[in-house]
Amino acid sequence: MKKLINSAGSLVSDALRGMAAAHPSLRVDLENAVVFRAEGARPGKVGLVSGGGSGHEPLHAGFVGHGMLDAACPGEVFTSPVPDQLVEATKGVDGGAGVLHIVKNYTGDVLNFEMAAELSGDEGVEVATVLVNDDVAVRDSLYTAGRRGTGATLFVEKIAGALAETGAPLAEVARVAREVNERSRSFGVALTPCTVPAAGKPTFELGETEIELGIGIHGEPGRSRAAMGEAREIARVAVDAIGDDLPPSGETLVMVNGMGGTPLIELYVVFAEVEAYLREKGATVVRSLVGNYVTSLDMQGFMVTTCALTGELTRLWDSPVETPALRWGR
Amino acid sequence: MIRWEITPGSVPEPVLRSAPRSALKIRSGSRFVNTEFFAAWIEEITAAVRAGRDHLTELDAAIGDADHGTNLDRGFTAVGEALAAAPPRTPGALLVLVGTTLIRKVGGASGPLYGTAFREMGKAFGEAPEISPAELSAGVDAALAGVRRLGSAAEGDKTMVDALAPAAAALSRAVRDGLKPEEALEAAATAAAEGARATVPLQARKGRASYLGPRSVGHEDPGAASTALVFGALRAAASRG
Repeated sequence: MKKLINSAGSLVSDALRGMAAAHPSLRVDLENAVVFRAEGARPGKVGLVSGGGSGHEPLHAGFVGHGMLDAACPGEVFTSPVPDQLVEATKGVDGGAGVLHIVKNYTGDVLNFEMAAELSGDEGVEVATVLVNDDVAVRDSLYTAGRRGTGATLFVEKIAGALAETGAPLAEVARVAREVNERSRSFGVALTPCTVPAAGKPTFELGETEIELGIGIHGEPGRSRAAMGEAREIARVAVDAIGDDLPPSGETLVMVNGMGGTPLIELYVVFAEVEAYLREKGATVVRSLVGNYVTSLDMQGFMVTTCALTGELTRLWDSPVETPALRWGR
Repeated sequence: MIRWEITPGSVPEPVLRSAPRSALKIRSGSRFVNTEFFAAWIEEITAAVRAGRDHLTELDAAIGDADHGTNLDRGFTAVGEALAAAPPRTPGALLVLVGTTLIRKVGGASGPLYGTAFREMGKAFGEAPEISPAELSAGVDAALAGVRRLGSAAEGDKTMVDALAPAAAALSRAVRDGLKPEEALEAAATAAAEGARATVPLQARKGRASYLGPRSVGHEDPGAASTALVFGALRAAASRG
């Protein structure tokens, strides 16, 4: 394993020191491992807090700033943050209008955020929670922990963040956040596994000519394995998996998200195929994002995330945003 | 042609390591255990988790996210610091502190689940300075109830419940049959280890392994494996003096 780390144990705190040094727009609480906006809570504005395991950068800390999150809580690599951390963040961003927790649907994240919401409530902060569960590779049934939260997390954070910036009340911000989630779907493909620094070796083995279909964002194997093919063929598998669940139609926001180790040029190859295939199926891609946004350390591969837009959602997507990893219109 | 379909995977069955055993014997005659006993249990867990860390992480890499051993090791290291900083006076207070520390330090699902297990057990003991075998058994039942409630998992879902539930049942049976504490804890440890091994052929229905569907078959559940270590450590604590 070759990694640019000082030690596996200090990885998260060393990276947070780097974020603090690189971005004066952020205030990084190193003791509690919370990334805040430097300007602090704005009175009357709903605060947005998200968090999750580290290893998905720029998610979530890279999305702290105007028009998006108010605070992010990174846990250890692929491990949800702890309740204390989340309470610190929740209290820190409360401007008196309540706080929205944006939680990816994983057992650990759900449990820790639930505990934090309860503890924050005890301290007088009103908390609403939106669960993100956009991954179509997992069937939502009694026999699973439910669909995973993946790429749509970015859409939820961006769009709910834009609405919160207008001074909308907590119930409204939560409603839009849930609507974005309900209108979004994702499907991921891995060409290689990733290496968790503390484990020191790849999370699974994949042959030279094999790919994993239906992966999550934690280096876990996918739902099935297939032979490597052309980008066109793989892109169509992803779009079909999404379409089987929610047939594409109308104005659509599409993200082709790299898993961390894939060159941008390949992501654009995939995007071209995704856009053309969606058009063939009757949807129009009106907004797009191509790049590494919701990653899985050094994994090679991509994820397609779609969101069926409405006029309101498009307007909020276009609203100004100014964060380390996403910025436009300001 | 690439098709999106679910196919099962298979990997050889992993080997379960048991906790190191102490040569020391429990004080003969007494059936009650005190705060020192529970402190010894936590020490034994810490040692077993450290020794089994890489193995637990490997189990987790196969069907989860490759951090279970690392997380528990970090959690019990923090527990050791918390206990040293403010040694609790009763078994109940000790276990509540252990649970709270795990919830605060571990993260993931295992932090809240193990944390709740220890807290519920501690709360069941109340202020009692010594714990009878029947109370110990009731404490493990309370831990199981807490984990079931929080994780909504049932036996057969391929989770820590698959080791915890048989251990609780074995302990309860042993106490009812009037077995000595060492024998009762031996029975619980054996049941937990067997329960963990029995998760290998199961398909996960809860937790991160459930995302793999049929591909989770053929692997031991890491949470059940660590629960077996916890009960192995309880047996080891009983064989100390």
